Amino acid sequence: MTDLSAGYAPRISACPACEAAPLAQRVASRAEAPANAALILSLPTAHCALCITQVEDALTAHPGVRSARVNLTLRRVTVDAPGLSADDLIPVLAGIGYEAHELDPGALAATTADRVGRDLLMRIGVSGFAMMNIMILSVAVWSGAEAATRDLFHWISGAIALPTVAFCGQPFFASAWTSLKARRLGMDVPISLALILASAISVFETAHSGHHAYFDAATMLCFFLLIGRYLDYRTRAIARSAAAELTALEVPRAILLRDGVEETVPVADLRPGDLIRVRPGGRIPADGEITEGASEIDRALLTGETLPVPARPGMILSAGEVNLTGPLVIRVTAAGRDSSLARLTALVEAAESARGRYTSLAERASRGYSPAVHALAFASFAGWFWASGDLRLAVNIAAAVLIITCPCALGLAVPAVATSASGRLFRRGLLIKDGTALERLAEVDTVVFDKTGTLTMGQPQLVRADLPQELRPVALALAEASSHPLARALAVGMEGVEPAALERVTERPGQGVEALWQGQRVRLGRADWLGAADDEGGAMLSSWLAIDGQRPFRLEFTDRLRPGAGECVARLRAEGRRVILLSGDRPAAVAHLADELGISEWHAGISPTGKADLVGRLSDEGARVLMVGDGLNDTAALARAHASISPASALDAARVASDMVLTGKDLLPVAEAVAVAERATRRIRENFAISFGYNVVAVPIALAGFATPLIAALAMSISSITVTLNALRLNR
Amino acid sequence: MDVLTMLIPVSLGLGAIGLTAFVWALRTHQFEDPHGDGERFLSTRWDDEPRPD
Repeated sequence: MTDLSAGYAPRISACPACEAAPLAQRVASRAEAPANAALILSLPTAHCALCITQVEDALTAHPGVRSARVNLTLRRVTVDAPGLSADDLIPVLAGIGYEAHELDPGALAATTADRVGRDLLMRIGVSGFAMMNIMILSVAVWSGAEAATRDLFHWISGAIALPTVAFCGQPFFASAWTSLKARRLGMDVPISLALILASAISVFETAHSGHHAYFDAATMLCFFLLIGRYLDYRTRAIARSAAAELTALEVPRAILLRDGVEETVPVADLRPGDLIRVRPGGRIPADGEITEGASEIDRALLTGETLPVPARPGMILSAGEVNLTGPLVIRVTAAGRDSSLARLTALVEAAESARGRYTSLAERASRGYSPAVHALAFASFAGWFWASGDLRLAVNIAAAVLIITCPCALGLAVPAVATSASGRLFRRGLLIKDGTALERLAEVDTVVFDKTGTLTMGQPQLVRADLPQELRPVALALAEASSHPLARALAVGMEGVEPAALERVTERPGQGVEALWQGQRVRLGRADWLGAADDEGGAMLSSWLAIDGQRPFRLEFTDRLRPGAGECVARLRAEGRRVILLSGDRPAAVAHLADELGISEWHAGISPTGKADLVGRLSDEGARVLMVGDGLNDTAALARAHASISPASALDAARVASDMVLTGKDLLPVAEAVAVAERATRRIRENFAISFGYNVVAVPIALAGFATPLIAALAMSISSITVTLNALRLNR
Repeated sequence: MDVLTMLIPVSLGLGAIGLTAFVWALRTHQFEDPHGDGERFLSTRWDDEPRPD
């Protein structure tokens, strides 16, 4: 990073994992704390007055809820409901059509008690007050106030301006001091110099009944620069709260078996050799070996495979896989710090080193700026002193040059555009985690999608059931007895059917469900368990239903497409971008999906390193790759790509490695984000051109010694306002 | 010009009132949900009686 990082480049931190990992641990350490009375839920789809009323009414009507208040800016609802948990309230909101996720109030505390933001706002308020009052007095001076009146107005202005500059300039002085100590010239050095020099010269001029005092310019400088600083801070705060929100979504806990007694502990406390229990539907918290139980394992997030794998004692499992049907006891072989967290850190480091090479537009624009300003001010001082021999005049002109070149517009150019663009994307359901992400996204020409969990929901859907009418109720009743994803999909697909009465329903973990129906044994499950011949190479997932002594029936499922996936791919292709589909799944399934979405370039059966290599190869060929993925198998590729996006349902490692996170289910914002990013980058360039244009006009005037406080005030305010208005055009 | 001795304190006083109001609004968390506050105004809920909280 260059010297600008202190003030201008809105990065959330040097390493997102450093922020996310301790946060995750803090979240986990509170695992056993009593439920807080205030619950915070995120509401990614709320957007209008009607949403507020519906959500608040539905929640208040729920027994046990004392009050509920929606914050539309942050898309959250705070519920005061002692004794209730988020699991009670999420279905209430789902019932009226709102997606909701639990957030950890503790993890979010830092963002709600947002002191720095309020501190900056306070300074903006004070400098705005001072600026307006001084401006009233200055207008009198500009219109020709003479002698004693002018001096009186200058003294009053000074009495307001000096404390204001001392108070409001602190952020700039502090950051200038830090960069000077590190022997660098940041943007804040010329700003601080201009503030101090303008105040000092004005006091001197006032004391000697001079004509020009720059008190108004000094306060105005503070005001505009603080606005830029505040916008920049807000973009970063939103990114930080996004990171906190994502960590809060998934609380890493494990059930530890200590002498046969179950105990809930944070994942970070697990040690190799510990025995842990994983319930059906739970995620495996650490790498380990199965010692007891039989089940099926969903490895989609790790390998992209949609088909569950049977699990038996002795099998090795990795953290992140999902246990489907039966309870398992696992002996931990590598715990948090050694296994997944270490892997994650290594991947994030790789991502950071790759991204560190990217210089943002603001950095490039201002790398030459500070030296140029100092050189210009010093040259004008030296030139005038040599030409006229008048020290007072020379210092006056140097101060005018510094004030006029001061980067008011430059300081607003990037933050205003970033705020406006990220606000627009946030409303469409996309959180930006990294400051330079928008600029990188704008350069993208190739988009690589992962299949399972990204283009598809990772949830199967029933497509074909050639069942005789009388067996449908049986199928539904059997399906309702299991939490296996295929069984759940079958239950959803059989909607409208009355379930049959079954006896002795038992789930055989890793195999299926069996029961007695009118005295006959009926089974629903895997092909090999029922003795049916299955062609696993087919594009479809399948499950079988059999009545003893009869031919089994095949039920076909397909992975459901994510909403907006088709339109997103179509839009990206229409904009002339190359779209590639990468998956670790079977070729038949991948080909089927690629065909459905009209993607001609696809690769199946790719290993995690294969994905990263392919992305690396594309980059070496000069392509700017946007990777969209959700699994651990995508993490390396996400880190390697020029820009990356992952859905909120992704594994935390993938979310940490990517620049942007989709908060909703819809995939369409991805296509939109690329378009918005392009427009935003164009606006940033325009803004640079505008502020440069003003300097080209105003600097010669200052150098020639014609700059009056009136000209400085005009140049500063007009350029700042034009730049802000130009940025706001993005919001249309 | 004697009027200045009165007008200047008055103008500063008016500005100070504005500044105090802004600081008060900031301290009482009135800038936490600008978007929501703008939308809430459209709803007819609590038009007849104030929200009890």
